[in-house]
Amino acid sequence: MATPILPDDTLSVEAATIVERPSTWQRVRRNGSVRLGGIVLGVLVALALAAPWLGTVDPSLFDPVSRDLLPGKTGEITDLDGNTFVHTFVFGSDSFGRDIYSRVMYGTRVSLIVGLATAVVSVTFGVLLGLCAGYLRWLDGPLMRVMDGIMSIPSILIAIALVALWRGSLLTVVIAIAIPEIPRVTRLVRSLVLTVREEPYVEAAVSLGTPTWKIMLRHILPNTTAPLIVQGTFIAASGILVEAILSFLGVGLPPDIPTWGNVMAEGRSQFSEFPHNILFPGIFLAVTVLAVNILGDGLRDTLDPKMARRT
Amino acid sequence: MSGPRDMSGATGDAPILEVRGLTVALPGGADRKAAVRDVSFTVGRGETLCLVGESGSGKSVIAQAVMGLLPKQLPVEAGTILLQGEDVTRASNARLRELRATRMSMIFQEPMTALNPVMTCGDQIDEVLSEHTDLSAADRRKKVLDIVREVLLPDPERIVASYPHQLSGGQRQRIVIAMALVLDPVLLIADEPTTALDVTTQAQILKLVLELQARHGTGVLFITHDFGVVAEVAHRVAVLRLGNMAEIGPKEQVLKRPAHDYTKMLMASVPTLHVPERTLDDAAPVVLKVAGLSKTYDSKSWFGKRRVVHAAQDVSFEIRRGRTLGIVGESGSGKSTVARCVVRLIDPSGGQILLSGTDIAKTPHGALRSLRDKVQIVFQDPYRSMNPRRTVAESMIEGPMNYGVSRTDAMARARSLLELVRMDTSALDRFPHQFSGGQRQRICIARALAMEPELLIADEAVSALDVSVQAQVLRLLADIRGRLNLAMLFITHDLRVAAQVCDDVVVMSQGRVVEYGSAAQVFREPRHEYTRALFEAAPGKGFEFGTAAAAA
Repeated sequence: MATPILPDDTLSVEAATIVERPSTWQRVRRNGSVRLGGIVLGVLVALALAAPWLGTVDPSLFDPVSRDLLPGKTGEITDLDGNTFVHTFVFGSDSFGRDIYSRVMYGTRVSLIVGLATAVVSVTFGVLLGLCAGYLRWLDGPLMRVMDGIMSIPSILIAIALVALWRGSLLTVVIAIAIPEIPRVTRLVRSLVLTVREEPYVEAAVSLGTPTWKIMLRHILPNTTAPLIVQGTFIAASGILVEAILSFLGVGLPPDIPTWGNVMAEGRSQFSEFPHNILFPGIFLAVTVLAVNILGDGLRDTLDPKMARRT
Repeated sequence: MSGPRDMSGATGDAPILEVRGLTVALPGGADRKAAVRDVSFTVGRGETLCLVGESGSGKSVIAQAVMGLLPKQLPVEAGTILLQGEDVTRASNARLRELRATRMSMIFQEPMTALNPVMTCGDQIDEVLSEHTDLSAADRRKKVLDIVREVLLPDPERIVASYPHQLSGGQRQRIVIAMALVLDPVLLIADEPTTALDVTTQAQILKLVLELQARHGTGVLFITHDFGVVAEVAHRVAVLRLGNMAEIGPKEQVLKRPAHDYTKMLMASVPTLHVPERTLDDAAPVVLKVAGLSKTYDSKSWFGKRRVVHAAQDVSFEIRRGRTLGIVGESGSGKSTVARCVVRLIDPSGGQILLSGTDIAKTPHGALRSLRDKVQIVFQDPYRSMNPRRTVAESMIEGPMNYGVSRTDAMARARSLLELVRMDTSALDRFPHQFSGGQRQRICIARALAMEPELLIADEAVSALDVSVQAQVLRLLADIRGRLNLAMLFITHDLRVAAQVCDDVVVMSQGRVVEYGSAAQVFREPRHEYTRALFEAAPGKGFEFGTAAAAA
């Protein structure tokens, strides 16, 4: 019997076992999925930022002489000042003679911005609405019925309608993609609020006289962050996809802005002869979405206590 | 490790279960190396061995080891578990499956989760039979009905066709027992089988287990933390502490003349049913007077029927300063509803709640804030009653700062209150997860006291705690009541606890007050039939726990 029988009433903090466990941040960093997804995304961000110095040319430059070149072929291209120079088309060129490699690299910027921006916009509004719906009982019914209404329309349709209404620009595309995602976040936050508000520590805060807005900020909101980060990554992945779909359908960003969807849309008619038009942007799109999803899975496993217990 | 008793195929007086030198490892990073270390005991035919210990003592690990159900992270490191001479620790998975239900079986704490909600109870018992026997469907059906009759369930035909949710908690536990015993195993492991049940149901289930055991000669390994239950069922008692066997011996010896210091301390911590004498000031001002309080839940939906539930009806009582009123009752009796109405966490449907003369029953929520500081509540679950993301200091100063106390003053108050609840002030910078359940409950009490309330409500505040910690917290509450001259409302289902702390007792059943009087009167001569039944069902009621040890 090494340990004393009982410290009895003089039980002090020192006498108890202090539970030391790795911090959340440490667990997140050690997770394999988080690492893999993070590294791939890191590379993509680097590519997007360094696009001008990666042997690219202006993605909107075209030269009819270099139309439909296969990947790796060399051809010439003329810049806006009229200087013609020789350029290697690593990913080939499209039917206007534009460099697909350059268009894909610059397209990475658009995709990542759209992904991040849709996640931020929809999470921000979803949290506000979800907190209100979950904590203010009278608002719950009306607000959630509106959300149900939005969810009953296919999200692509809403996005198409909204872009058609406003004309395509980065901002409108982001908003158009974010709006159909808001109800999902709202539902998530509302359900979290409904569980957390029944926790004894929230009831304790009520009986300590803490005002409602403080309870929401202090006791409820912090407990929704982990699931929200996870949900945010999935929204980012779907935002990137939806943007590509909108561009592919010709209702997204204008064709002069290089996006993966635009590149694929332009290559569609020649797919059987020149598959590289769709292949390269398609690979980038798939890898990006996969990386974001893997990152999200890893975050869910480490941040969401219900999932953590399964390991 | 050798000797005549090692021979397998033992019959006659040889033990059914023999555990020798069992050591089960804990994964690295845990607070100790082994979940169970060098534990040895036997269970004989028709014998009940009670494994008792506080949380974390390793008693459930032993049950899982015997059943071969240990998770991979907890490997058996040393020792043997002989079930009728056969070593379970070396048995293959296929052999273990054969042994379960036929030779050994287990009943669990929560019958609702032990049963499959989408299968009828009859089918679930039948499944055991079709897995392990070659009986025809008709024979199986007969056997199912027989065993259901044997566990004394009314109307067996209807019961076997019912789904678990259609039965009460006690009936479900009977079904689990029927499943466990249908193949007449030689060993039954009962892991806290009555902990989730009400005291009257518990008494019936314990009686049933004892009867079945006597009839079938089953050896029972009974795991519990409740010494009342031990006194009811045990032949022999094994006391575990932090994975080590502290003491093992016959019931009378261990419970009345414990040899080990730890057992002595445990026995001294078991609250008795005797109400201690206390001088009370009958002229003290009334802090809380509840008159005709009722709470009705009226669930209306657009479709379907309207359901009205009377959670509390016509509840009246009063508490004077410096006194404790206890509300006792089984689950669903409405005792917590009353407490939550008094704190105004829920709104009462009718009646008056007079707090120092002011009726707060109908005060609108906006105006409640000025009253909140007068009543404070301590909840049952110490693990959930503090925000895990905020330090102890932040939790403790929140209330006073809501009422305009400056941060420095609030911190000073928090420090002195932590000393009052006998916690080191270094606790202030820590997070709740760094403390044990008992320590957290002390912090919760300190947090409530920081508001300088007139009335402190303890809603099952010691129910989740181990018996030794419970004793400390009860002493602390009594001490605080004396020092601060508080009025206390103490909600509990545990009659022993109520007897120790309450000056007056309200007994509730199905939302109504069935008896109200001084604790001495209610415990000595209960008038109402329900109160008498409740006391009759209290486990170990006639048993005196190691009083000699307590005096020493």
